[in-house]
This record gives sequence, C-alpha cells and structure tokens, in this order.
Amino acid sequence: MSPVLQGLLTIIIGVGGCVGYFYASNIILDKVIFPARGPQAGRNINRANKVRPWLFLFPAMFALGLYLVYPVVGSFYRSLFDRLGNNFIGLDNYINLFAEEAFRTAVFNNLLWVLVVPAMATFLGLLVAQLTDRLVWGNFAKSLIFMPMAISFVGASLIWKFVYSANPDIGIINSIRDSMGLEALDPLQVPFWNNFFLMFILVWIQTGFAMVILSAALRGIPEETIEAAIIDGANPFQVFFQIKVPQIMGTIVVVWTTITILVLKVFDIVYTMTGGNFDTDILPSYMMSFMFRDDGRATAVAFVIMLLVLPVMIWNIRQARKEMR
Amino acid sequence: MDNIAGQNQGGKIAVNITVIILVLLWLLPTIGLFVSSFRERDQISNSGWWQAPFSVDLNFRARVAADGARQEGTQYVLEGNLFDDPEIAEAFPEDNGSVSAFGTRAVAPDEFTPGTATELRSGGTLTVQADGSFRLESAEPIDRGPTIYLAAETPPRFTLLNYDTVLNANGMDRAFINTLTVTIPATIIPILIAAFAAYALAWMDFPGRGVLIAAVVGLLVVPLQLALVPLLKLHTDIGIGQSFLGIWLAHTGFGLPLAVYLLRNYMVGLPRDIIEGAKVDGATDFQIFTKIILPLSFPALASFAIFQFLWTWNDLLVAKVFLPSGAESQVMTVKIADDLLGSRGGDWGILATAAFVSIAVPLIVFFTMQRYLVRGLLAGSVK
Repeated sequence: MSPVLQGLLTIIIGVGGCVGYFYASNIILDKVIFPARGPQAGRNINRANKVRPWLFLFPAMFALGLYLVYPVVGSFYRSLFDRLGNNFIGLDNYINLFAEEAFRTAVFNNLLWVLVVPAMATFLGLLVAQLTDRLVWGNFAKSLIFMPMAISFVGASLIWKFVYSANPDIGIINSIRDSMGLEALDPLQVPFWNNFFLMFILVWIQTGFAMVILSAALRGIPEETIEAAIIDGANPFQVFFQIKVPQIMGTIVVVWTTITILVLKVFDIVYTMTGGNFDTDILPSYMMSFMFRDDGRATAVAFVIMLLVLPVMIWNIRQARKEMR
Repeated sequence: MDNIAGQNQGGKIAVNITVIILVLLWLLPTIGLFVSSFRERDQISNSGWWQAPFSVDLNFRARVAADGARQEGTQYVLEGNLFDDPEIAEAFPEDNGSVSAFGTRAVAPDEFTPGTATELRSGGTLTVQADGSFRLESAEPIDRGPTIYLAAETPPRFTLLNYDTVLNANGMDRAFINTLTVTIPATIIPILIAAFAAYALAWMDFPGRGVLIAAVVGLLVVPLQLALVPLLKLHTDIGIGQSFLGIWLAHTGFGLPLAVYLLRNYMVGLPRDIIEGAKVDGATDFQIFTKIILPLSFPALASFAIFQFLWTWNDLLVAKVFLPSGAESQVMTVKIADDLLGSRGGDWGILATAAFVSIAVPLIVFFTMQRYLVRGLLAGSVK
C-alpha cells in the first residue's frame, strides 16, 4: 500500500477512532454502567461524573505516559547495560563517557551554547522589539525577523553554509575578507570560534521568537509608569532599563529558559554543518553518533541531557503551580 | 515618546538605520539561497550571488580541430572562431560573446589580452581577437589542433535547470511527498486527543487535576533524545518497526504536551457563563465539548496545528530514527542532510534548490497564518 493511501487511512482511523472512542465510552458510561434511572439514579449520575474526566483524559495520558514518561525510566534503565543490552554494567557507560575527551568537549561546547544562544537571542529580540515598537514599518520589520522561525534547522544550516563558504565567490564573509586583501579561511574550522559561528545560526532562528513575546510584554506595560518617569526627567535609556525592563523581567526569564531548553535538544545544526568535526560537537549531536551503534552509550548521553534540563523543568512546574493558585 | 533613542529627529534616523541593518542581516542569507537556486553551477562558483545581476568572466576551453588547416606560401595556417565550439556556443545563445583574455595553458587561462600573438609550445604563433576569431601560423604542417583557453564576459543568466534536476533526477519529489505523508496525520491526530484532555483539565472537577497540569508542564521540556532508544525498541517489539505508522505515533506523543497545554490555557479563558448555562439546560459534557468548546477554541486549535505542522515538517531527528533510511521513505530534511550534502557536497546550485524546495511550504504557511502563530506563541510560553 502506498504511504499516501496509508496516511489517508491513518487519518480516518485516527480521527474516527478518537471520536468513536469518546462518543461510545460516554454512552456506555451513562447507559450501561451507571444508568440514570432506577432507585439509584441520583447516585449513578454522580458516579458517572466522577469517572467521566478520566474517559476524556485517558488517550492523552496513555500517549504521554508511553512516549514521554516511560522513556525517562526506560532510557535510564537501558543506559545501565552494555552495547547490545545483554550485560548489566552499572554506571560504566557514564564513567566511560566522562573519561572520554570527545564527551568533555561536547559538554563544554554545550555549556557555551547554553550561555551564549539564549543570552544573544533574548537580547537581540528585546532590542528589535523595543526599536520597532513605534516604527511605521515596525510590523513589516518584525515579520521579516520572525521568518526564520518557519525554516527548518537543516534549511537554515544550508543557508548559512553559503554565508560561511571558504570560497570568496560563494561566501560573503570570505568575499569581504578577499576585498580587504585577507586570505580566505573556513570559519567552521577556526578552533573555538567555529562554535560561535554555529551558535549564531540558532540565534538567527530564535531571535524572532524572543522578539514576538517580548514585544507583547512591552505593549502590556502600563503607560502611566512611563509617563511618570519622563515627567521626572528620565532619559530614554533610563526609561528602558529602569522602568521597562524590570516590569517585563518575568517574561524575559520565560523566553530565556524556553530557548535554553531548545539549545539542549537541537542536534541538526551541528550535524549538518560540521558533523561534529573540528571540536564542535554538542551533546545532542554527540548522542546521535552512538545511535544505532551503541544504545547503552546513546541512552547515557540522553540521560545526561535530561539531568541538565531538570532544573528548568522543576522551575517551570513551580511557576505553573503558583499561577494556578 | 518612549523610543529608546529619544524624541529628536536624529534619534529616529538612528533607530530606522539600526532596524534596517538588522532586517538586512536577517534577510540576506535567505535571499542568497533563493538567488543561488536559479544560477548554474559555473556561475555560482565564479561569482557571488550578489553579483548575479551583472556579467561575469567565465573560463572556457576550446579544443580546435586541425582539419581546417591550409597552406599559405611556406606557412601553414589554421583559422576559425572560438565561439563556434559547440560547448562555448551553448553558453552564448545570442552570439554576443566577447573574449576578454585567452591562454594556452590550463594553469593560466587568462594569460594574454586579445590581439596579442603568442608562441605555442608545439611551435607556431597564435593570435586570438576579441570577437573570438583566431589564427594559428606554423612553419610545420598542423596535424593536431591546439587547445585554447579563454575568458569571456558572460551575461547574467537564470535557469530552472536546478529545479528540474532536484525534482526529477535527485528524488526530491519523492521526499516531498514523504514529508507531506508524515506531516498531515501527525498534525491532525494529536489535536483531537489533546482537545478532550484539555477540556477535562480546564472545566471538569476531579481530584488530582492540579498534579496532572503540572505534569504536562513538566513533560513540555523532556528532551526527545530520551525517547529514541526505548521507543524504537518498543516499536520493533510490537511489530511496527521503522515505518510511517511509527513516526505518526511518535510525533503524536511528542506533540501532545504542547497541544494539551496550549488548548487548556485557551479553554480556561472561555466565559464561564456559557458553559454553566449549557449545564443548567441539561447539556452533557460531551455535548458541551463538541457544540460549544470546540468551535470557540478554533484560534487555539489553529495555533497548535501550525506549530505541529512546522515542527513535523522541519524535523530531522525523529525522521532519522523512526523512519527507515531507504530512499523510498526519506523525508526532505533527511534527504538533504544525509544524501545531498554527502554526494553533492560541492554542487551549490543543487543544494540551494533542494533547501529552497524544503522551506517553501513552511514559508507560505508562515506568511499566510502568522497571526495564529503569534497568538499561539504568546499563549504557549509559561507565564
């Protein structure tokens, strides 16, 4: 069967199955298990209403449990076994990882990414949001800076491969160097700094995200606070840094953490641009070099990523609970 | 009144210039890719895309046949026009070529200016004129034609050849359909599942609701990397293996936290009166959900659909792991990253075109439905 037909069939089965499940399970609950008639009608209605939320929740909970909760446990469990999964080796995978130079490089690079990308993207996003706020063509400018959000990491990498090309007739960077009489070089092979060239691709993609959210936050600042500051003689920079930024600090933190989490997941850019060569590996791409070859190692790396994400996860949950109260 | 650079005219100009520079920096790389996708291989490697609207000097090589040689007194003469060479003629369909330099060695294809006479290593004197006509004089009989190198001003040319190659010869058409096949079910299926769950979390009262919402927030950030090995094993054990069905299920699972979170945040904000009014009138939860909540939540459903569409369309990681690696099920991102970058690493025109084919649909979606995307972003970030 061709995949296209299979896809159509899956949509029909999936959507039909969902609707059918919800409809049928509600009917069964109300008519068969706890019928709203007879001597216990009132009690049955109450009982049915206690069960109903779980009918609504069940498919989502099942899928979430299977695809996101089980893997946390499953991956950790698998990481305690050797390459083929036959022998229990305790924490040996982790010990071997930390003994490895390439892994330490990947961790170091990943920390660089976590420090630089969210900071730069948030800063640039805030800058653009503020600058375009009262601009006549502000919305147009924002739309163009937001555009890379729609582009895949692979596509973005190819776009920047052209910019970074060592050939002065293809890469604009080397073309500028050439016109200044400098020798052509491959930015992706410059030790240490090549990481920053890769990071900039992600900054390029994420600045739009930061801009959109911060722009909305800036709009939400009460006018009176700004007017009061201006009447008191604050200059524009003071207004921005001492009145506006403190008021949107919460949103800035949210943007920052969201991008931080993304940084810990993106393997596409490094994979497409350098394949992890020239000391540019980060944990997600390092993990992919073990995928299909050594599942024990791969899951160990994945679990290290999970540990790095954990603080943000806990913070997010606490924020959400605070908000619900 | 509250612009960062002040109220004066100079400040306004500074703001405008800064924004223009930023916008250009953000836009130019993509334009470069777009322009490059319409240029031929030779053109790309001889001049930057920013020079595409102008003429470029391209190098050609002509192997002249000796059969036109004749004897003039004691001299043997071979005459002709370099632009008659079939390969060169192809590059100048309008017969407007002009030689800007010529040479006799591959290492120095532009050694001489047109009109100069140069000694050939094999004996004889060669002159090439700007219009491409050449004359070779030799004391010996000419039995082997010389190879002449020349640089000629080539007018800017744009072509759809790359698109033809990418779509027909490189199998990108198949990859495009595969991407669509992965994307559409993976976008539609999670929406319904998530909508029911979101309604329960927003409007039904039951013990443990708070814990479940917190769990969804927590699951939002679980790295996908954890899921790869255990789930691939699970899929293999239950007989799905690496297949389209497997990737649909995987995308559905991975997209659910965001879907539930987005939709619940939106549904909680719907007016309480409507829902309670319906309950008083005797509507069941199922009826309230299908008749009231779903239609009212359309903006949030659209936001999530766009997110999930972009995410599944652009995904490389999940496709690499959950789909077989053969050409018949490769999606475009995998095709570009694993196939074209490896085998066509030096063919910039093909790479640019393939990339552009893969980002065209997301860009269209982005520009037509930006409103929903922005709304979704604003609702989806944990505030």
